[in-house]
Amino acid sequence: MSEPNKVLETFSVNGEPHEVAFLPHKTLLEVLREEMGLTGTKHGCELGECGTCTVQIDGTPVLSCLVLAVDAVGKDVRTVEGMACGSGLHPLQDVFADLGAAQCGYCTPGVLMAADALLRDNNSPTREEIKQCLAGNLCRCTGYLKIFEAVEIAAARMRGEDAQPSEESIYGAR
Amino acid sequence: MVLDDPAVTTPQARTDAPWRHDAKKEDLNVIGKPIRKVDARSKVAGLTRFADDLSMPRMLHMKLLRSTVAHAEIVSIDTSKAAALKGVKGILTGKDLPIPFGILPVSQDEHALCPDKVRFVGDPVVAIAATEEEIAWEACRLVEVEYRELRTIGGIHEGAANDEPRLHDYGVRGNIHRLENLEFGDLQDGFAKAAHVREDTFFFEGNTHLPMEQHASLAHFDKDGKLTIWSSTQTPHYLHRALARTLHPLPAHHIRVIACPNGGGFGGKSDPFNHEIAAAKMAMLTGRPVKIALTREEVFWCHRGRHPVLMRSKIGVNKTGRITALDFHSYLDGGAYGSYGTASTFYTGALQTVTYAVDNYHFRGARFFTNKAPCGPKRGHGTPQPRFALEVQLDKIACDLGIDPAQIRLDNLAPRDSLTANFLRIGSMGLGQCIEKVVAGSGWKERRGKQERTKDGRIRGLGLACSSYLSGAGLPIYWNGLPHSGVQLQLDRSGLVTVFCGSTDIGQGSDSVLTWIVGEVLGVDPLGMRVVTSDTDLTPVDLGSYSSRVTVMTGNAAMQAAERARDIVAKGVADKLGVPASRLVFADSRVYDAEDPKKGMTFAEAVVCAEAKFGTIGTVGSYTPPKSAAKFRGGGVGPSPSYSYSATVVEVEVDPDTGIYRVPKVWMAHDIGRALNAAIAMGQIEGSVYMGLGEAMMEEMVYRDRTHKGNRIFVHKIPSMLEYKSPSALEMPEVVSYVVEDYDKNGPFGAKEVGQGPLLPMMPAVANAIYDAVGVRVDEIPVSFEKVFAALQAKKEGKEARFGPSNGPDGVPEVDFGDSLKIKTPWQGGDGTAWNEPKREKKAAK
Repeated sequence: MSEPNKVLETFSVNGEPHEVAFLPHKTLLEVLREEMGLTGTKHGCELGECGTCTVQIDGTPVLSCLVLAVDAVGKDVRTVEGMACGSGLHPLQDVFADLGAAQCGYCTPGVLMAADALLRDNNSPTREEIKQCLAGNLCRCTGYLKIFEAVEIAAARMRGEDAQPSEESIYGAR
Repeated sequence: MVLDDPAVTTPQARTDAPWRHDAKKEDLNVIGKPIRKVDARSKVAGLTRFADDLSMPRMLHMKLLRSTVAHAEIVSIDTSKAAALKGVKGILTGKDLPIPFGILPVSQDEHALCPDKVRFVGDPVVAIAATEEEIAWEACRLVEVEYRELRTIGGIHEGAANDEPRLHDYGVRGNIHRLENLEFGDLQDGFAKAAHVREDTFFFEGNTHLPMEQHASLAHFDKDGKLTIWSSTQTPHYLHRALARTLHPLPAHHIRVIACPNGGGFGGKSDPFNHEIAAAKMAMLTGRPVKIALTREEVFWCHRGRHPVLMRSKIGVNKTGRITALDFHSYLDGGAYGSYGTASTFYTGALQTVTYAVDNYHFRGARFFTNKAPCGPKRGHGTPQPRFALEVQLDKIACDLGIDPAQIRLDNLAPRDSLTANFLRIGSMGLGQCIEKVVAGSGWKERRGKQERTKDGRIRGLGLACSSYLSGAGLPIYWNGLPHSGVQLQLDRSGLVTVFCGSTDIGQGSDSVLTWIVGEVLGVDPLGMRVVTSDTDLTPVDLGSYSSRVTVMTGNAAMQAAERARDIVAKGVADKLGVPASRLVFADSRVYDAEDPKKGMTFAEAVVCAEAKFGTIGTVGSYTPPKSAAKFRGGGVGPSPSYSYSATVVEVEVDPDTGIYRVPKVWMAHDIGRALNAAIAMGQIEGSVYMGLGEAMMEEMVYRDRTHKGNRIFVHKIPSMLEYKSPSALEMPEVVSYVVEDYDKNGPFGAKEVGQGPLLPMMPAVANAIYDAVGVRVDEIPVSFEKVFAALQAKKEGKEARFGPSNGPDGVPEVDFGDSLKIKTPWQGGDGTAWNEPKREKKAAK
């Protein structure tokens, strides 16, 4: 095997420039995780089937396992690590944690990235719109219901409303 | 200083502290409240470190060369070209790891790398570590393996018909791995009392866990001769045992297993795996850290998922629908290795009696070795298949007799606080309430059998089914008298409580369960605690996250440790305040006098008081389940400290022309004993509905049966997430969940399991709903659209309106099960032994 040469590029990740050397055939997923240590982005198939590795490029959710890192150069890459400002959490993260919308937490970063992009375009999505948006993110733990509700509550809170989960979704039906 | 000797205080479930299970909700500060999980914020921030998130300097990447043939002897392996590749640092073959292993002591039939024979496409043959992942892959491609192919065994019928070639040189005979034959009561009498008898045949196709996280391991062997492995495993204790066995003479106390948080498990990370053992050995060989991260395709080959099971069930009922006898046969396609299969086989027969009273019961089970990825435990382990059969059969009986399917179940409920025919001890039993909840919620009585049309011309149907599940296996995998779970607490002067426990959080929230229980007893904030879990060097043994055992078992151990800590702290505070210890209340991070709440101190001050008096504060707690009443051979599978119950009604909308259907709504009631955390329990119920729905509608682990170069091989038809269909956000129905709390005296605060039970009734409920809608029976899981269509076609053509395995003699293979073990039921005066069982020699505990 002939040894390929690494390229040296500067990425904008979570608003900060990062100079990284990597082999040109590496995917964005691999460069984020293996060269930059940003392991918050997970992988479930590396074939573009599960949505686990979703990040945002210029605000659009993409599957980082299908994007060559060189194609992300010069663009604004956002990962789960960049969601929260300061010591707090993004409203989506906050509600996901409180409601149990993250069980094993493995699909969560990808789901959050997709949901965050949705809320930027549409600050009050319907349940159906949320389902459509998350149809490409598989989750094996939650049955999605707590995820849908968490997105709804976070959206409401981001609109300035004081939204709370329903009694039934926490304690069950009577 | 540890004040209490755990060996002195019996770890048996206690009855002397009734407040533990029947405390009033309003008296509890933590238990039952929807507090977020202790690790929730790390998870949503992407900070949780799963196994593949770890890396070390000088780390090598390991890959496995897997068999491309289904059944063959290995003639030769030539690794010379691979060894010459630049960057390759280590190569292992079967001869480097000659000691076999397996999860069960009775089936140590796996090798980390096949030494002389491969048994399925995907069986690992060579391990190669290199400086880069791509180099390791390339090196694997350069290895030349010569195989001498053997005839393959492709399934249940082939396993029964072909004794040769044998996959393994152990087992019952030929390719029969296990045969079980257990007879409880008097079947002849039971069927004689029946007014109506049905015999049906069912098939449940295999399916897989599909955890989002692919298995990964990182092994490091330090220069002091100690091995550490971080791995995505649900059972670090059993991996520890397997490593100590296969890496002999490395002493067990030089091996440290750290189970990382699992990105989903569902049973798929419960076996010790070949890749874990090979990575450990490779780290020892190369002196460098070694990581292996499986591809998604390899996860399909690891499998250990739901067994394909063929079942024949003969049931007798009296004229009011009471079950008088059940004769149940199951035939399991085990795949290439034993795995948990012995237990799986028993589980296809064990729990039939726990849901409904079955006075006379005969169970026969056979497991076959086949040249496919090994099957094992998946959520519900061995019980969803017979549950499907029994619940559909009861539905048919109800139709035959014109009884409401809900009523026939209510009339047959197994009684609470009773022993079943097969000597399982039922305690709390809330199934009746569960049925009533879903019947009322769904409008069952008004809407069933109405064949309402939807706007788009589909026909609505409702189906009902029930189930029960264990709260942990009553017996450990290695039979010994040791505790199943241990918890250690450390109390710091700052008021910090650190909980140490071997349990593994696979997303179900077991770390948080520890904090809720300790938090309740010590009156401290669960979110303020530190939890150290699943590290065999640092944490007391817990057997693992399987069989829904953690809440009850670690919960009871945590309860004991916390009560002991409370007693020590109370003694310290009592002296200081001049108040009797028994009057002290632990709540809101304070310790105070019940009669004068102002008189007290913070929990941190209380710890300081106690430490001043007794020295460093630490306690331990442990738990061993109650002794089983079943003493016959095979009676070890099924006993549990308690059983959970579920009932569901599923609504379907079926297109009568195409068989395509959707599931718009599900009502699920689960008797959880007590919900330790309402919101998290709801998450488990909803997740179970989801996974059960996937199994009911679409998920199947099926193989391409094809010929390659003149030989028959079995390649997974769909080893990718795109093609292995699982429900997405779009398929998930609306779910109305009911949490039924029938406090159980064996559970911490009365809790029982919730993670597996609610999955079980989903599959039969879907099949029953299809029948309610369009009058056809699909006696096979998954109930995929084309099967519904085929049944509808049969109905149109005037044939039997059914899709499923043949009900005739050819439907199940001919198997000589030998003589049954005959066990008198409790009501026949039985003592739990088989009266015709040859005396068993007592084996020394290992």
